[in-house]
Amino acid sequence: MMPATARAAEPSRAPDARSATPQASVPAHIVRFDRKTRVLHIVIMVTFLALSATGMPLLFSDAPWARVLATLFFGFKGAGLVHRIMGATLLAAVVFHVGDVLWRAFVKGERGLFWGPTSMVPQPKDFTDFFGMLKWFVGLGPRPPIEHFAYWEKFDYWAVLWGTAIMGLAGLILWFPVAASRILPGWMFNVALFVHGAEASLAIGFIFAVHFFNGHLRPGKFPMDLVIFTGSVSAHELQHERTAEFERLRDAAGFASVAADAPTAFSVQRGYVIGAIGLSLGLVLFVLIVYATIR
Amino acid sequence: MWIRFGSVVAVAWLLGSQAAAGETPKPPANDDCLACHGDHVDAKQFEASTHGPMACVDCHADLAKVTDFPHAEKLAKVKCASCHDDIGAKYQDSIHAWAKEKAGLVVAPACADCHGKHDIRAKSDAVSRVYRVNVPITCGKCHDGIKEQYDRGIHAAKLKIGDSRAPSCIDCHTAHTIQRSDTTAWRLAVTKECGTCHASVVDSFQRTFHGKVTEIGFTAVATCADCHGAHDILPAANSASRVSKARLVETCGRCHTGANEQFVKYDPHPNPGDYKRSAVLWWANRFYWILIPGCFGFFGLHSALWFWRGRKQS
Repeated sequence: MMPATARAAEPSRAPDARSATPQASVPAHIVRFDRKTRVLHIVIMVTFLALSATGMPLLFSDAPWARVLATLFFGFKGAGLVHRIMGATLLAAVVFHVGDVLWRAFVKGERGLFWGPTSMVPQPKDFTDFFGMLKWFVGLGPRPPIEHFAYWEKFDYWAVLWGTAIMGLAGLILWFPVAASRILPGWMFNVALFVHGAEASLAIGFIFAVHFFNGHLRPGKFPMDLVIFTGSVSAHELQHERTAEFERLRDAAGFASVAADAPTAFSVQRGYVIGAIGLSLGLVLFVLIVYATIR
Repeated sequence: MWIRFGSVVAVAWLLGSQAAAGETPKPPANDDCLACHGDHVDAKQFEASTHGPMACVDCHADLAKVTDFPHAEKLAKVKCASCHDDIGAKYQDSIHAWAKEKAGLVVAPACADCHGKHDIRAKSDAVSRVYRVNVPITCGKCHDGIKEQYDRGIHAAKLKIGDSRAPSCIDCHTAHTIQRSDTTAWRLAVTKECGTCHASVVDSFQRTFHGKVTEIGFTAVATCADCHGAHDILPAANSASRVSKARLVETCGRCHTGANEQFVKYDPHPNPGDYKRSAVLWWANRFYWILIPGCFGFFGLHSALWFWRGRKQS
């Protein structure tokens, strides 16, 4: 999620790495997500799916499947317990991530986290990229050269951060109302429940429709993009998908620091299995929401 | 009921005339019965009752063929269900029938305990034991303590001044299918019953955590009666009410141990559309009504264009 300033231990070279052409310095695979980021994504994935499945029976309490879904978790008390455990885990993971970013920036002195081509902070280029994409969609121009994080990926990232902060805070108020009432008036529980539900609708809809499409199901990625599970991307894909990043690395001779081994067959298979389970569960929940909404 | 009653009379008449033809003695007429029983059956009262046009032997059916008087001391029990079979079936499912017939609680009521015997009146009749306003008195013959609570509440007061919409016992508990009040099914059903009059209040309740958990069929959280009370419900303006300002901390505290003055500012019946009730909730509602369609609209269009472009390219 955050810029993966990759420090691959053993850079692998393309088969013809020794030849004298300029292409020789381009490794076959390039690190995109370090281990910490991949684990963070798995934690978010698992907790998000579980939070959705255990929260939806209450959010859509008038849907005919609401009670059935709650019963899968041994009733409302079981679902509530799973929801709290998963919520606390997600909150802890996001707090850990923010702490990690701050530590990298201010203790280790890592540059480029808050501004620059690999930063998650929106850059002027993101706006020109957006209009470039719109032009490309309608055939008025070429696909704009995307950098390390595309604007739609940055939106995903900040949505998770914002959503977890808002829903986590509201969730804690609802979890410990008596304690919360020492600081807040009781009508804030009403606001907390409303915001928790509204933000949940937004997050669930956004992840299961927009993120699934942009990250996995869209043309060029279908049925899924394994990079978040294997951690690396092929040089060919980088050149095509993130032309600006590819060219920046090539011009600065920066490939050496981000070269990666080819993903093992095992990590590819594991990625497909985890990804397929996540996508399927998410799409099932999405269908339930659509059914409850249009019924 | 009148059709059934008519057919009973017709059959009785037919049987009577056949019996006469076959030299079988006529069943005793009401006057014959009253010759002996006039001291404890008030003929005028019986004639004014809903069964007034019927013969004694229509109900005391085993006397219809008796010729030898005085008859035997022990008679068969009157079976109301021989005419009122649908109501009889309902009663058989009730806690009263269970108590009387299965658990052996002999004081548990059967038909006559609520409706009377020779003085049964229609429920629409103001002097009937089962007339809406009189129902609490009838139930209170056994459930005296509950009736005392009920009489303190707003519903009893409304009923007494003739507000026929005010609930008496049977509106929540039903008349003939009375169930235990601690079952999940009953607790869920009674919330809906409150909504027959207090529709918007139940709607707003269903927006809350309490209401949503209840809606999917779990009873671990508060429903109407847990906060408002069951029989002695009073308006919040009355300081004796469980939901009055004076008692809210105590009432919420029954579940939420440690609830304080700040805690009870919670609104158990919120309405995000009502700015005066809660401005913050209203603004939150507005904010998400813009944010959610905005996000989905923006990225929906973005995805659709991308999909269209991608298909065109491939």
